[in-house]
Amino acid sequence: MAMHKIKVTVNGAAREAEVESRLLLVHLLRETFGMTGTHVGCDTSHCGACTVHLDGNPVKSCTVLAVQADGAQVTTVEGLEQGGKLHPVQEGFTEKHGLQCGFCTPGMLMTTSALLARNKNPSEQEIREAIAGNLCRCTGYVNIVKAVQYAAEKMR
Amino acid sequence: MIPAAFDYHRPATLDEALKLLKKHGDEAKVLSGGMSLLPMLKLRLASFGHLVDINRVPGLDYIKEEKGTLKIGAMTRQAALERSEVIKSKYPILADATPLIADPLVRNRGTVGGNVANGDPGNDQPAIMIALGATYVLQGGKERTVAADQFYKGLYDTALARSEILTEIRIPAPPPKSGGAYVKLKRKTGDFAVAAAAVQLTLGKNGAVESCRIALTNAGLTPVEAADAAKYLVGKTPDDKTIAEAARMAAVKSQPSADRRGSVEYKKEMARVLTARALKKAAQRAGAN
Repeated sequence: MAMHKIKVTVNGAAREAEVESRLLLVHLLRETFGMTGTHVGCDTSHCGACTVHLDGNPVKSCTVLAVQADGAQVTTVEGLEQGGKLHPVQEGFTEKHGLQCGFCTPGMLMTTSALLARNKNPSEQEIREAIAGNLCRCTGYVNIVKAVQYAAEKMR
Repeated sequence: MIPAAFDYHRPATLDEALKLLKKHGDEAKVLSGGMSLLPMLKLRLASFGHLVDINRVPGLDYIKEEKGTLKIGAMTRQAALERSEVIKSKYPILADATPLIADPLVRNRGTVGGNVANGDPGNDQPAIMIALGATYVLQGGKERTVAADQFYKGLYDTALARSEILTEIRIPAPPPKSGGAYVKLKRKTGDFAVAAAAVQLTLGKNGAVESCRIALTNAGLTPVEAADAAKYLVGKTPDDKTIAEAARMAAVKSQPSADRRGSVEYKKEMARVLTARALKKAAQRAGAN
């Protein structure tokens, strides 16, 4: 069985692991590193609960091999908070009731924080398009959109 | 879900990648964006002993115009295509399609090369490349080019040899008074098309169609070119009547199969409706009255 020694920077901290070729990035984070903030939802690249930033771009970590992240910067939901202060999208989801069960929330936060890094003032349409790959079965998305608008306002 | 065990290779150059393909033969598979391949491996619909990851092979990620040809590197991410000013301003058929491929997160990884090389009739860009008259550059041994309309042989079966990598897509720049459009019907974000139509046409001085190509997505085991319908339009003014007849002819060529996206009759009807819409849009963009 092929094993690979990899080095990944996760939320700014250098990490090392020895992984099988077939290990998925989401399992590296959850099982090898014990960081369970990133969720496994559908496990088929549809729901987006497993979204993380790979070198700044939001991707579905159930559909990336751990070994492909070798040498890369990975940011997970655990890395959004800085110095004890919530990221504006985290604050927005709290203030605007952007979640109910919370299962999709880590993915929503990663996708929308990446959106706001690229677009400071997204329209409602742009927000809805950006989260098209993240499924929420509780909120109906209305409060998620409001949460992102709150965060955008906060970041301006 | 965990894929069956395989060995992972990360070549640093194209030469190294080609050597690995040659060495491992039928057991090897190229890993590009992985947005189709990894789910297939996870669902155990496919299994390969060796994955050759070309994500870090330099020089395969570009969109450039050169002497009347648009060149797209195989590793160009769909997100890059979506944001490209050249595509937005000059290739509306591609600009129509990109936001409709999978979802934004998948488009951050998925590549144009993977979309066209995979041989999945549900992929959108093969029909578009046929409509645009594109050719694919295949490396491995002697470099060769294959026209998009000659590339697709069957379900996941293409002209690409196991020892080759598709490295570039070449699209001839459309002449003045050209227009293209891609119209797709899908049930939800992330789903494949119920049906979709790709049209690229050029108008002559008198406003009649000078040249036209029509191709359909998810209308058979390969992308389906509706050459008869396109030929019918040549020399005619693209009005409601001629467009309706061409769309009818295109739908006759489609050979969809029934699945949860609909019956054969429904899909053929959608192929007709979408072809008509794509023709109309393409003609308007070409400057038709």
